[in-house]
Amino acid sequence: MNKDLNLVLAGFGGQGILFAGKVIAYCGLIENRELSWLPSYGPEMRGGTANCSVCLSDIPIGSPLVLSPNALIAMNLPSLDKFVNTVVPGGTIIVDSSIISKKVERTDVNTFYVPASSIAEENGLKGLANIVLVGKLFKELGFCSAETIDAAILKCVPASKAKMIDLNRKALELGINS
Amino acid sequence: MNERVLMKGNEALAEAAICAGCRHFFGYPITPQTEVAAYMAKRMPKIGGTYLQAESEIAAINMVLGASSAGVRAMTSSSSPGISLKSEGISYIAGSDLPALIVNVQRGGPGLGGIQPSQSDYWQATKATGHGDFHMLVFAPSTVQEMVDLVFDAFDLGDKYRMPAMLFLDGMLGQMMEPVILPDPSSRPVIEKPWAANGHQGKRPHNIIKSLYLEPQELERTIIERFKRYDHIKATEQRAEEYLTDDADIIIVAYGASSRIARSAVNTARSMGIKAGLIRPITLWPFPVDIINKNVENTKAFLSVEMSMGQMVDDVRLVVNGRRPVSFFGRTGGIIPTPDEVLEQIKAINGGM
Amino acid sequence: MAIVFSKPHALTDKPFHYCPGCPHGIVHRLVAETIDELGIEGRTVGVAPVGCSVMAYDYFSCDMIEAAHGRAPAVATGLKRALPNNIVFTYQGDGDLAAIGMCETIHAATRGENITVIFINNAIYGMTGGQMAPTSLPGQVTQTSPYGRDVKTAGYPIRVCELLSTLDGVTFAQRVAVDSVKNVNIAKRAIKKAFTNQVEGKGYSIIEVVSTCPTNWGMSPMEAFQWMRDNMLPYYPLGVYKDKSEGEN
Repeated sequence: MNKDLNLVLAGFGGQGILFAGKVIAYCGLIENRELSWLPSYGPEMRGGTANCSVCLSDIPIGSPLVLSPNALIAMNLPSLDKFVNTVVPGGTIIVDSSIISKKVERTDVNTFYVPASSIAEENGLKGLANIVLVGKLFKELGFCSAETIDAAILKCVPASKAKMIDLNRKALELGINS
Repeated sequence: MNERVLMKGNEALAEAAICAGCRHFFGYPITPQTEVAAYMAKRMPKIGGTYLQAESEIAAINMVLGASSAGVRAMTSSSSPGISLKSEGISYIAGSDLPALIVNVQRGGPGLGGIQPSQSDYWQATKATGHGDFHMLVFAPSTVQEMVDLVFDAFDLGDKYRMPAMLFLDGMLGQMMEPVILPDPSSRPVIEKPWAANGHQGKRPHNIIKSLYLEPQELERTIIERFKRYDHIKATEQRAEEYLTDDADIIIVAYGASSRIARSAVNTARSMGIKAGLIRPITLWPFPVDIINKNVENTKAFLSVEMSMGQMVDDVRLVVNGRRPVSFFGRTGGIIPTPDEVLEQIKAINGGM
Repeated sequence: MAIVFSKPHALTDKPFHYCPGCPHGIVHRLVAETIDELGIEGRTVGVAPVGCSVMAYDYFSCDMIEAAHGRAPAVATGLKRALPNNIVFTYQGDGDLAAIGMCETIHAATRGENITVIFINNAIYGMTGGQMAPTSLPGQVTQTSPYGRDVKTAGYPIRVCELLSTLDGVTFAQRVAVDSVKNVNIAKRAIKKAFTNQVEGKGYSIIEVVSTCPTNWGMSPMEAFQWMRDNMLPYYPLGVYKDKSEGEN
């Protein structure tokens, strides 16, 4: 039995927050677990902040709106500020440190700083910082098997963008090794 | 058995409607249900169906009336302010004894309100959708899978009883993704519609679909006939899920999104030694009177949890009828109550017993 | 004995409830004759409005639907989309079509729905007892314009054929009257063409019938026709406003 994942991903609209959440949700689907994926919606999607809640569990999910995450991926400062204190003690916070220079002051959580946007940019993977961060989360929490996350990427990348598959795989790998 | 797939609630319900044989969708854009229309716009032309973006919600519901009169399965979807506009058409559909599926992905009101999830249209859906003596079937799913299953039931029962059915959701259920298995439509009964206005072909007297009866005696007779049908539905179609009610001292009554929060709170209360349980109405009309009623004697208190200022609580009180205290907790305006807030209510009731 | 004149098959035996001298009966007959002549009764579905012709469903032998006030074009749209091979017509008055239902009217027209609209313009709300209509003339006295329609406060009448003929979706728009044998014959040809267009899949056709309301105008039927000729026809000239259909029938 795997541990429950109650994840919040947050950042600017356009950073692929919802897509990254979808990849993780598919990991739950592939492993036949209970799961939910809930985006924020409305005007904030159109240029402002975007966030999304993902739950993976072995029992039916109660509220799909994650208010007390045990994992947070933050891709901009307003998102980190908004959610940092909602993370449960012992939880995991992954910060894109090429965008956010601020450090997490809490000592009761495990924080990882990954310069995901720079890593993506340097490796010709512009726009895939989100998947670099998913890679890091996977490495730290192991919320599914390696085969599963690869299969999830295959599921999430539309057929019309098949060349994106290997780029996503590379981003994931870079995150795992960061 | 179909494959387990991941779908957004709004899209899953749209696909379910197509699986259930609906080929006529008439809608108008409004947040947070627009994905239903967008999905239909993409799918319908490929399967020989109709997607029509109407000039208004009023036009859309009347197009549904027209298509339903022809004997086909037709639907529309909207969110709270749009349902108010459709209320005229829904009254005509009910008065004309026509089936139709109406989806309400609720948002906060009154007026333009907000766009975040809400359950503040309960009174409108169950008691006063439009003018006149009538009801519609109201289904309140709490998961994406249940949304899909209830789309089939809404079409089938709407056809069976010749009445409109509403799938009653909120922005949270519409927007979220969950795993879902689409049911196999072939196991469903085909319901004949000899009353349809689809051209008599010289083989029968002309069919008239109308809600006008200028003779009061005649109008009363049609309404009484319809209410006999309603009585039958009340006796046979009530649905609710019971969760840990057997030994519960406190029973929460909650539907849709708030039932999920309530379930989390019940679990936490149980872990603290408080005997909490949940009744989750699946049909809001007919209201699951019998299931609540049979729990009254064995429990000590009821708590209605809603995303409104307290609407369903009226119906809970009518059933409990003073035999047990019934309290209410809710958040409104687009705010989803938290499991912790609900737990506090449970603890307060438990402390007071 | 040879029968030289009979009721069209597409009309039922139900006696009309219309007032003496009301032209609804003439127009009903012209529609029914058309349905008979085209042999389409078995696949025709009519949509009745709210107004004096609300009970048209009892008079036509084809299948009928009674719509909410103003919503007939939307109901007809849903019906026609579900039954593209059937013939769908609406029969609407001026309040129904040009006031409460103007949105549905314009949009069904601009979509080019393949339906036939029969529009009775008598410049007054008949069923509710003679109130100002969207087509009531400037200065016209009605129950709700007791000092005459004042265009400064009540605005101007709407010329429906002119308005709809600006829309690309409209195939055929003609304004007719039924006040003389000659005009009845013209109206019959127009109505038949409007139905034929639909049979041939040519799109949206509307026939506006400039009509009278002797009861609410407070006139005899003949006086009413004369008033119509003197006052309405100058404002609502008869004629073809749009014809995209090819060839005549």
